[in-house]
Amino acid sequence: MQKPLLILGLSVAAVLLVTAQAPPASQQPAPSSQQPSDVGVVIRSDGGRPPQYAVPDVVALNAEAAADAKTIGEVLRNDFAFEREVDQIPRDIISTIPVARTPEQVAFNAWREIGADAVLFATASKAGNTTTVRVRLFDVRGERSVFAKEYSDQRGTNARLIAHTIADEIHEQQRALKGVARTKLTFVSDRVRERLITTVQDRSAKEVYVADYDGANERRITSNRQLNLAPSWSPDTSTVIYTGYRFVAGVGDVPDIFASHLYQGRLVNLTNGRGANYVARYSPDGRLIAFWSNRDGNEDVYVMNADGSNVRRITNHPASDSSPTWSPSGQQIAFVSDRAGGATPQIYMMNAADGSNVQRLTIGESWADRPSWSPTTNEIAFTARNGPAYDIKVLNLTTRQTRQITNGEGSNESPVFSPNGRHLAFMSSRAGRVQIFTVGVDGNGVRQVTRDGKNEFPAWSNGPGDAGK
Amino acid sequence: MQNVMKSIVLLLLLLVAVTGCNRRTTPVAAPLPPRPPGVTPSDTGVATTKPQPVDERLPVPPQPLDDGGLSNKTLDDLNRDSPLEPVYFVLDSADLDDTGRTTVTRNADVLKKFATWAVTIEGHADERGSAEYNLALGERRAVVVKSLLVSLGVPSDRIRTVSYGKEFPFDPGHEEGAWSKNRRAHFVITAR
Repeated sequence: MQKPLLILGLSVAAVLLVTAQAPPASQQPAPSSQQPSDVGVVIRSDGGRPPQYAVPDVVALNAEAAADAKTIGEVLRNDFAFEREVDQIPRDIISTIPVARTPEQVAFNAWREIGADAVLFATASKAGNTTTVRVRLFDVRGERSVFAKEYSDQRGTNARLIAHTIADEIHEQQRALKGVARTKLTFVSDRVRERLITTVQDRSAKEVYVADYDGANERRITSNRQLNLAPSWSPDTSTVIYTGYRFVAGVGDVPDIFASHLYQGRLVNLTNGRGANYVARYSPDGRLIAFWSNRDGNEDVYVMNADGSNVRRITNHPASDSSPTWSPSGQQIAFVSDRAGGATPQIYMMNAADGSNVQRLTIGESWADRPSWSPTTNEIAFTARNGPAYDIKVLNLTTRQTRQITNGEGSNESPVFSPNGRHLAFMSSRAGRVQIFTVGVDGNGVRQVTRDGKNEFPAWSNGPGDAGK
Repeated sequence: MQNVMKSIVLLLLLLVAVTGCNRRTTPVAAPLPPRPPGVTPSDTGVATTKPQPVDERLPVPPQPLDDGGLSNKTLDDLNRDSPLEPVYFVLDSADLDDTGRTTVTRNADVLKKFATWAVTIEGHADERGSAEYNLALGERRAVVVKSLLVSLGVPSDRIRTVSYGKEFPFDPGHEEGAWSKNRRAHFVITAR
């Protein structure tokens, strides 16, 4: 268990921004107040449509850098395609433009003719273990560089992270967008197909994994050969909490909330067998954890401090209350309850502090469960019954309108928002065995993230999880 | 040769004595093992007369009730072919119908007969609804069955509950035939 954690820590910490070369000066204000750079030119399209970006292959300055150069180009194109914030010139058209090996060779006239508003020029070189990437983003009409930076990965291990960093920084500088290219997903998988040894039934262990948002760099973070479910990130991406079934001889499986501190190699049982404890979520400030437990004889929502202390019961209803999720302010908790009766679970919200002011949120759904609160909009995504299967829907709490994200391709459930609120990760049976998918909040751009085994219970991190945190 | 024979006889006697001792400390009894051939009281070398047939019967602790051999099985064997039947439910419900109550009552009788058994009731759900919600539903099913068992006289400290939601379907199918098998409270004997 320690080893994958260590590797993860190293790889995430590997990118060092050695120099931030001063880009050409401009007096225009930066597109985002979070952008400290003195660069200000925002590349726009002629009309109202998104700007057209050309992202040619990264030029390898030496043979050792060829593989990294190829990876970085591919990942950059993929990251831009994911956010759909800019349009990309198709690769077959890009290939008609003469390849530039230096910034001076960028053929602005040719790029202008094919309708590019921006062209990215990047080189990669490798010496020993150190990969160095120099990136410029050119405004084609102004024939000037609006973004110029050098990135160095001294361990030579993760070209993808260099590309993700470039994509996030260009999105931030040019589009005032907090990209998610460096974020991670956590989920559970039965891919190792290890049979549980604690039962006579034929049951497979499910272990917790983390991966980049695009599914690359999958790493297993549990190896207890038991059932582990519903992982979730701490807001600083340093810790994954999950529901772990710990086998106790003569007693059986005891589900508890565990915290795996990824960069310390430390595992803590937060609930210690006091009743059965399930499905935990950190509060947005990371100080509290909401979960549900039957410790007082009935399924209710509880809140505890992040270290497991000071457990208090928040719901107190004879019905079954479960699946808590925090509002972005941390002031409310949405949850599922079957208190309406008649096999129709619905989503409710209440004050997080004391469970007061309970309001039913879903109306007109025959079954609504597993809410997830958007971090950026006043919306809640949930799982809704739709005929024989289930679909992802989003409820706007301001307008009380519901829109449908998936439309009957397999059964779809357990949505979670990306930290920028523009995407959802969910699990779906549309590809056969249940897998993790991502989709834009407009319902477009479905991507399959996992393929190996059965993969369930996605959760999306806020950031890259730097080891130094 | 004579000495060797004597040693064997003494060893066998010792064995009888040891197993006899063990039996007295064990509350559950099986019939005495057959006397090893050739071993009679006269062989102990202390008898002076021919042994008289003794009328008095040796006290034998009572056999447990006829249990079909259950008490000799390992826990795993017991759970593979369990005398405790699963209790089934309808969609998104933890209510027991008449069949369910009858099943729980029969299980209560078994648990009262084997008063040392401890069980875990696993709550399971079919694949409909989210995995998270089904954990709560499974828990509720297990707790409902436990409550009825307790009300029927099974001590609550012998019964634990755990929910697996829809994680471990007994039938992997995607239609009501499979679902109806997967909505269940499943009994696992954890100690005896």
